[in-house]
Amino acid sequence: MTISFLLLAAITITGTAAAMSLKNAVHCILALTLGMVGLAALYLQLGAEFVGLTQILVYVGAVAILAVFAIMMTRSRTSETAAGSDPSRFSGLVTALLLFTVLAVAICTGISSQTLGGTPPEATVHAVGVALMQRFILPLEIIGVLLTAALIGAGMLAIEEKGEGR
Amino acid sequence: MPEMIDQIFVRLMHWIIGYVPTSLQPLCSAILSAVAILVVFATIFAIITVLERKGLGRMQNRYGPNRAGPWGLLQPAADGIKSLTKEDIVPHSSDQLVHLMAPILIVITSFLVYAVVPVGKNMVMADLNAGVLFFFAVGSMVELSVFMAGWSSRSKYSLLGAMRAIAQMISYEIPLVLSGVVAIMAAGSLSTVTIVNMQAGYTGIWPHWYLFTPWGITGYILFMIGATAESNRCPFDMPEGESEIIAGYFIEYSGFKFALFFVAEYLGMLATSAMAITLFLGGWAAPFSFLTWIPSWFWFFAKLLLMMMVFIWIRGTLPRLRMDQLMNFGWKFMLPLSLINLFAAGLWHFLPSGPTRWSVDSLLLLLSCFLLSRGLRRNKWFQERTYRFAS
Repeated sequence: MTISFLLLAAITITGTAAAMSLKNAVHCILALTLGMVGLAALYLQLGAEFVGLTQILVYVGAVAILAVFAIMMTRSRTSETAAGSDPSRFSGLVTALLLFTVLAVAICTGISSQTLGGTPPEATVHAVGVALMQRFILPLEIIGVLLTAALIGAGMLAIEEKGEGR
Repeated sequence: MPEMIDQIFVRLMHWIIGYVPTSLQPLCSAILSAVAILVVFATIFAIITVLERKGLGRMQNRYGPNRAGPWGLLQPAADGIKSLTKEDIVPHSSDQLVHLMAPILIVITSFLVYAVVPVGKNMVMADLNAGVLFFFAVGSMVELSVFMAGWSSRSKYSLLGAMRAIAQMISYEIPLVLSGVVAIMAAGSLSTVTIVNMQAGYTGIWPHWYLFTPWGITGYILFMIGATAESNRCPFDMPEGESEIIAGYFIEYSGFKFALFFVAEYLGMLATSAMAITLFLGGWAAPFSFLTWIPSWFWFFAKLLLMMMVFIWIRGTLPRLRMDQLMNFGWKFMLPLSLINLFAAGLWHFLPSGPTRWSVDSLLLLLSCFLLSRGLRRNKWFQERTYRFAS
């Protein structure tokens, strides 16, 4: 529990909590981005450089941009959406509590971090690359095919049909 | 003696750190490097603004700034004082907090990427294991601040400019990264320092830069086009299109906040150029073996200024692209060519060295370049011209 961990945890929790409670959709996305950056910083602090930087690249560089782009394209004026009503808030709270309990029990009764000991596995970019290209080559290829299919599907949806013209 | 001058800044830093207690040394070293980066690159930014205005002036048959100081050299100081003393006007209906955060965030991210750029032998702030990844990850945060600026101003021009800027940045980021990947493939590492070290050494008097391979020169040219588009420079300055949307996403900013966007734009351009130097131009290495006695940091900044001159030259020469031309060029030419370039770099690695791989690679790249450009201009020559705005 170092100071930097506490600081980063506070940033992450503040960001994600703000993402849930703010009224304006754009503010929510920006707050969520803050949470994502905090999470990436936590990864970096643990020495997982590749995961941390990919987290920034994907969630800040792509997902957040996608979300704000959708808002810019679809909304002519900023509509303030009211936060969930009381029943939905209550059920959300119950779900969150249940999930927290399950995770907490799993962590507390699972393998304690003390027993691992020894040297932590090297999570360098090189190791990640070797694992992806040798052991996990089939899943990687399948994900590649899936993403290509998604890309072609998106292109088909977006393409302007001939003859109909504006 | 050359060795000493080469390492003079490194020694200076070690000397200063020697006076600090051991527990504070890492912190002190980081702060010193950060201060050095801030001062050096801010100075270069100032020099480049003068150079650009002077150079553009000459190209357009006028003098450029020549009133402040000798030959107008104090112009950046005058500009700085002007923007600091101007009134800071914030639109009444703007989103105050986001409006304030956007210029700050954009400058922070622009400076942050310099942490992994090796500016000389042993002169890099952080030799990260995934340095190139860090560069692009942090660089992608600029887009978010562009959106924040455009959206929070609550002006149609700002929003339009931000939309154009983000669309352009996303489209050109892919070829930019993919064209940089060939250097990573060849070096077998994501660390900027390792990439520079892999390009060290000379054959005769010629260096082993990645630029001097078929895939290297293709990658370099693609990278530079991508960098021009990323930094919203002419001929890709649609997001700022002064004649249509005035200044794009930062139109509602005034005073020093406006200057901060200006700083960030130039810093971004400098940073991508620095990354191009690291990936393809051998970093801080001398261009000929008999020039290695000149300090390494001198070579880095000489290359940087040379690339800036090319940027200024291009700005003075080329007209602005149309939005559809920009997108077509990005997606139908740059992206396929950078993918083929990846394949060519792989071929280069597995073919026997000698004229075989040179001819195979060059043929492949030239042919695909020719065919792609044919495809780009298909049916485009004698059509009636239609103008579409921001669609």
